[in-house]
Amino acid sequence: MSNPDTFDAVYSFDIPAERPWSGVLKKGQILRIIDSEGQQAVDALLYCADDPSERYSSQDTLRVQGSAYIDLGTRLMSNRGRVMARITADTCGRHDTSAGCCSCESNAVRFGEATKYQHACRENFILELSKHGLTKRDIVSNLNFFMNVPIDPSGNFTVVDGISAPGNYVDVTADMDVLFVISNCPQVNNPCNGFNPTPIRVVVRDVPGL
Amino acid sequence: MSRMQQEIEANRRRYEELRVAGQELTPKGLPEPTALDGAPIAPDAVIHREHVPAGWYATMRLRRGEALRIIDESGRSSVSLIGWREEDTSERINCADTVKVQWSAAIAKGRVVVSDMGRVFLSLIEDTSGAHDLLVGGSTPASTLARFGATTRNTQENFLAAASKIGLDVRDIPPCVTFFAPVSLDDAGHFRWQEGRKRPGDFVDLRAEMNLVIVVSNCPHPLDPARPEAAGPVTMIRHRVAAAAADDPCRTASPEAARAFTFTDRLFA
Repeated sequence: MSNPDTFDAVYSFDIPAERPWSGVLKKGQILRIIDSEGQQAVDALLYCADDPSERYSSQDTLRVQGSAYIDLGTRLMSNRGRVMARITADTCGRHDTSAGCCSCESNAVRFGEATKYQHACRENFILELSKHGLTKRDIVSNLNFFMNVPIDPSGNFTVVDGISAPGNYVDVTADMDVLFVISNCPQVNNPCNGFNPTPIRVVVRDVPGL
Repeated sequence: MSRMQQEIEANRRRYEELRVAGQELTPKGLPEPTALDGAPIAPDAVIHREHVPAGWYATMRLRRGEALRIIDESGRSSVSLIGWREEDTSERINCADTVKVQWSAAIAKGRVVVSDMGRVFLSLIEDTSGAHDLLVGGSTPASTLARFGATTRNTQENFLAAASKIGLDVRDIPPCVTFFAPVSLDDAGHFRWQEGRKRPGDFVDLRAEMNLVIVVSNCPHPLDPARPEAAGPVTMIRHRVAAAAADDPCRTASPEAARAFTFTDRLFA
């Protein structure tokens, strides 16, 4: 695998722990998300850059795929049934799109009212989306890269310890121009971040020859 | 930034305690499914009754203290549902939070559907089926085309039409819950349609815990192997019910549910 730091990278950025990020991927560009220190959930939303009313749809993605987890080859589908992007490399092997993002309000339900006043992914999404004219209304059920959420045949649904090691990465190749929005998850109440949020890195590459 | 190891350990302990409560204790306390001939509705409690033909949708206002009974008359229908809080439609049904706060993707009698604001949207106060889907969602033009070689009436277009008639649009359509849709997962995470889990007359009673606008779409679930023509009408009965008391089984099902009810009650305090 090529080293994204030295080979055809057009952009790279370290997203601090607990912070959001957004950027537009042109069709054919590859976003590499690197779990720099390991066990760090990365919440992500995708919008069609030309018309953000077309956006990532977890249910369309799972229906088309026929299975519950995101991994190599998964097509990330829009609410209009189009492929927005694909997972083209994955050294972790387990990502979620059923658990949504954490919010102050759901934290209060899950972990007690004292946790309402902790920073959460939805706060990040609201702030980052506001740069693009979008609001809470536009937040849909998101992707959770490096988040390990097994669902067993009885329906038991558990956020468990992440399996991503320091430096594990996932590549997302854009099938259209997409606005890609990330919340580097601040959750400290469950194992998705090893109870200790850490920085991640994003690198954008052009495909050679395009 | 590294956190105090003690704090990490305390948070890990609390998480494991909540998991044990949510996945081992709560399921044992859930009520038995409703019998097919159970839970009759008193005639004077009925506000409105409507039959929704196969392929169609209906929009309904539900006030706090009312419930919607949805009856799968033929045993061949599935009913996808979305909805919003009437006073602020940016608050809406949230399948991910519903699954997450209840530690389970399987909802049945005694469970709740929550909004994105940590409040209870609907409570499943009666349920003969216990086979509902929160993960895969409803049918779409693409799903019917792929499955049947032609685009049939579908849930995604139904939701768009319904939302548009109340001033909302595609941005307001969240992931849906689908009732009478026996979807399960195998060990590898593949979705499976469970044959034999649907009966004529299966019904759910959904009690509104806030003032809501809901949309139901009577279209076959995309994993249902039966052709869309096989689906039948569903009956919707809007009726008055008692509010969730302190000992209500949905309220007391888990600490998470109790908190969600507390937060909901504050809207009306």
